[in-house]
Amino acid sequence: MAATCEIPNGTRPRIEVRDLEMVYGARIIQRNLNLAVQAGDIFVIMGPSGSGKSTLLRHMIGLVPPARGDVFYDGASFWTADTNDRQRMLRRVGVLYQDGALWSSMTLAENVRLPLEQFTDLPPASIRGIASLKLALVGLAGFEDLYPSEVSGGMRKRAGLARAMALDPDILFFDEPSSGLDPINSRALDDLIVELRDSLGATVVMVTHELASIFAIATNSVFLDEKAKTITAAGPPWKLLHECRNSKVGRFLTRGEKT
Amino acid sequence: MDDEGEVRKRAHVTVDRADDGLLRLRLSGRWTLDARPSIVADVFEHALTTADTRVAVETDPQLEWDSGLLLFMRTVLAEAERRQMTVDLAGLPGGARRLLALASATPEYKEPHPEGAAPSLLTRIGSRTIAATRSGADVLAFIGEACVGLLRLLTGRARFQRSELLRVAQEVGAQALPIVSLITFLVGVILAYVGAMQLRAFGAQAYVADLVSVAMTREMGAMMTAIVMAGRTGAAFAAELGTMRVNEEIDALTTFGVSPMEFLVLPRMVALAVMMPFLCLYADLLGFLGGAAVGVGLLHLGGLEYYQRSVQAIALDDFAAGLIKASVFGVLLSIAGCLRGLRSGRSSGAVGAATTSAVVTGIVLIIVSDAVLTVLFDVVHF
Repeated sequence: MAATCEIPNGTRPRIEVRDLEMVYGARIIQRNLNLAVQAGDIFVIMGPSGSGKSTLLRHMIGLVPPARGDVFYDGASFWTADTNDRQRMLRRVGVLYQDGALWSSMTLAENVRLPLEQFTDLPPASIRGIASLKLALVGLAGFEDLYPSEVSGGMRKRAGLARAMALDPDILFFDEPSSGLDPINSRALDDLIVELRDSLGATVVMVTHELASIFAIATNSVFLDEKAKTITAAGPPWKLLHECRNSKVGRFLTRGEKT
Repeated sequence: MDDEGEVRKRAHVTVDRADDGLLRLRLSGRWTLDARPSIVADVFEHALTTADTRVAVETDPQLEWDSGLLLFMRTVLAEAERRQMTVDLAGLPGGARRLLALASATPEYKEPHPEGAAPSLLTRIGSRTIAATRSGADVLAFIGEACVGLLRLLTGRARFQRSELLRVAQEVGAQALPIVSLITFLVGVILAYVGAMQLRAFGAQAYVADLVSVAMTREMGAMMTAIVMAGRTGAAFAAELGTMRVNEEIDALTTFGVSPMEFLVLPRMVALAVMMPFLCLYADLLGFLGGAAVGVGLLHLGGLEYYQRSVQAIALDDFAAGLIKASVFGVLLSIAGCLRGLRSGRSSGAVGAATTSAVVTGIVLIIVSDAVLTVLFDVVHF
């Protein structure tokens, strides 16, 4: 089924999902998923709970192969590539997991340093410098030697972002970035995401159902419908709000007020 | 690397000094991490003189940059601050300028340092002693709580999960049979073999049967089973409860007013205390078979003769001694495993440490209590 609301944009996509099908066991969750993320986008994958948003993200970042279909980075197929090529594509990608997913037995600085030590041959002094720079960027200067269990949830999330940025990725994925954050911190994280996109020229893909942040920063979005089992709306969220005739999308974007 | 063929552009900086104390840095080329701009930072530090009071940074429009440029600029900013120089960043690319502003937007967090120098030897001995006493008291409190829980269970007032008990009983009982079989059969073989070598000197090989059966029933059956269970089950208890603590499942129980002691520890303790004697009995039998294999196979004793000697050698109280020990070991093992698990820290490393500690504590408790019980049984002629 084609999306009932389709607002086209742009040219050559940085990330593309084609004819993707997701299953849990024998149950089909989503089918015929097609979407394109342009360079510089802040792209939001939204939809009700259980519609498979996070699973779609896991397919896109190479954690789980989809039942059918493929993901393309700059036109190159991810799931048909060999392991080395996949590794190379993933090196350009940073991921912020839902609760930060920091390695609990390492300090915040060690968390940021690990990818640098694994994937670069930089001298230890530079690696230390980069780790403290990235932590300073997310407002955690001076917290280098604390363990994840010694800082708050919001700080863990920001440290997770510092780790995701360790290798200067040009694509950043966020799984529910504002969950568990207070409104001020959630807003600050939104601003940080926009700032990183603008200054580093990164492309951002977010899974979220936080309306405030969707309207504040998203430049493009898709809506996954758990009943129709596919994308039923695609386009910038504020346009969808005014132009989309699909009542489910309308209700979602107005917290159930518009029927 | 992937750009081997082309001439790699390097990070390049030229330093101009104006008369009025203005140091002008002109950056060009490639300021990315793989071009190692951090090396250039040293050049900057050496170029500085006391006459310089201001630094201005200018960049080539074609400049390529990533975190490498930011790293260099942070060095420049730190050095300038140390020398109380002002830095003009207007010449930097807009993105880099904004990121530098962002990185310095939040002031550095300084952890409050404890007063004074490192604690003296006496202070350290003192605080270690207090910590050791506290952890001893903690263990006692845990055992006390467990006893209260057991009493509540016996009087039928504990919130006890029968399904959990059955699950744990199956895990620590039936599923442990293969490893217990292997270990105790081989222990029987070893005992018989070592015994035979000594007894042969006196022509008394036939007494191997007595040796193996007495040793297995009174000591080795219970002991070997307990050591296997310390590694297998004590570790599993600690890891399971430790992970529950990391996931805040134990906090969730407590807030619902359910005592983790009754809900989690009691089923494990009862299951081990009940299943250990059965495992021990089974271990006795397997050890006996191991001894018989050596006796019949290598020493050419008759199968029936071996059996009769064994039966004559042991009495019911030998079995009872072994079974009592097994039950005690079961209780101690579950206490060690559950205590370490429940007191685990909240990180993956802490769960690993709790598991190790559970096995070590378990084995120490087994050996110490075995020594105590053996002496005690001897005193009361049991």
